[in-house]
Amino acid sequence: MEKPELNNNQTDAIIEVKNLQIKFGKQEVLKDVTLNLYKGENLVVLGKSGSGKSVLIKCIVNLLTFKNGTIKVFGDDILLMNRNEISSMRKKIGFLFQSGALYDSMTVKENIEFPLRRIKSELNEKEIDEKVKEVLENVGLIDSINKMPSQLSGGMRKRISLARTIVIDPLIMLYDEPTTGLDPITANEISELIKNIQEKYNTASIIITHDIHCARTTADRLVMLREGEIYLEGNLKQFEESKDEMIMSFFK
Amino acid sequence: MKIVIPKIDVNKIASHSIKISEKTLAKSELANEFLLGIGNVVLFIQRIFTEMFSGRAEFKEFIYQCYQMGNKSLPLISVTGTIMGLVLTIQSRPVLAEFGAESLLPGMVAISLIREIGPVITGLICAGKIGSGIGAELGSMKVTEQIEAMEVSSTNPMKFLVVTRVLATTVMLPLLVLYADALGIIGSWIGANIKGDVTISLFFSQAFSQVGFNDFIPSVIKSFFFGAVIGIVGCYKGYNAGRGTESVGKAANSAVVIGSLLVLIVDVIAVQITDMLL
Repeated sequence: MEKPELNNNQTDAIIEVKNLQIKFGKQEVLKDVTLNLYKGENLVVLGKSGSGKSVLIKCIVNLLTFKNGTIKVFGDDILLMNRNEISSMRKKIGFLFQSGALYDSMTVKENIEFPLRRIKSELNEKEIDEKVKEVLENVGLIDSINKMPSQLSGGMRKRISLARTIVIDPLIMLYDEPTTGLDPITANEISELIKNIQEKYNTASIIITHDIHCARTTADRLVMLREGEIYLEGNLKQFEESKDEMIMSFFK
Repeated sequence: MKIVIPKIDVNKIASHSIKISEKTLAKSELANEFLLGIGNVVLFIQRIFTEMFSGRAEFKEFIYQCYQMGNKSLPLISVTGTIMGLVLTIQSRPVLAEFGAESLLPGMVAISLIREIGPVITGLICAGKIGSGIGAELGSMKVTEQIEAMEVSSTNPMKFLVVTRVLATTVMLPLLVLYADALGIIGSWIGANIKGDVTISLFFSQAFSQVGFNDFIPSVIKSFFFGAVIGIVGCYKGYNAGRGTESVGKAANSAVVIGSLLVLIVDVIAVQITDMLL
């Protein structure tokens, strides 16, 4: 296993994952994962399907519980948090689901308003309206404001989902395979959008993907997971220059 | 004397004992699964009650669910209620006529509808329509990660999705039962007019002269329980659906089957209690 020196001098880890182990029944999904996410960086987590990438970010927002290892978000250990503290922690994190996870029974506007009304309850109706329009303009779908999710294409659903995630001004973004199932043009647009969000909102992000184009566009740093373990960690150049067969098969 | 020791086929005995132990293990796993299922249901109900009385109420969603469940069930309940009364009248009339007791027809139909047929038939219809709807909706929300999306939006899905639906079914079922009873009596009046001539006011006054609060109250109380059971089963099955799309169908199907069965079981218990108390 190859472990090149990291090329960054950042010290402010806002997510610290240490010796994380997850088992589903007898299957060990994550064996011993340790990684950090630093302020303002985009960390891309690569790996084959079933390597435990999505499980990792679901553990960070406590959607999946674990017994072995520690995860600290903004310095606080999530295993020691109570329900209210977990809820407060989630308010600072945006999570883009692989399927988009738009609420089918609500319009695009209602979908975006849903987290906004709950997380930013101090906003009045006018401010909510303005915020919804602002994020829809950012993702280029202001015309779809009154549509139902069933009237949207796959790419549009991902964009709306992205709008719903950034509307709460998160400090951290977690993307679960943002370009999966999209055509190359739409996938490129989503990758550009992720990069723009990082620049505009100064968010730190973990991007789970096996789309190399997305990784190339968005990554400041990369981690490759293999069979529940970190196989390689480094920057894009280190990955591209790697002579490892598995890495090469991803980057060819 | 020569002692003959029978040949013992060790392999055969070993394979036989393995088979027995496998069967025992399979049975104990089934029992384990069954007990685990009961434990999970109890914990689910406990969580519903905890969430019901904690934090901010999701009143808007509750009203929306009442509208969805009540208003959208009206056409089916209307048709069923009317037909129940109509058929009951047409079939009872000749028997009552034989004993010259046709004048008792409105009262008899009203009591049958209010005490038993109205609540049970409405309960079964709602277990099918509302129960399957809840199971399928929550099941597909689970499969498409919408429930998880709610959780990361700092929304308690148990409170927003489950508590509101259970409360809505509990509140709406008695109202739907009373509506079905009323339409059943109108259906009965239509049935009575097929071969006779009775005014609606006379029919209703005859019907209600035989009906007392003792008929209404147990019926309304058991309808509350029917509603709660339908809501809880639908939500439990949908909320705990598996990962694939197939599990959505399974959740909807088992919500109907278990919901209908529990409506009948609750009815038997309610009838026994009513019989003891009144």
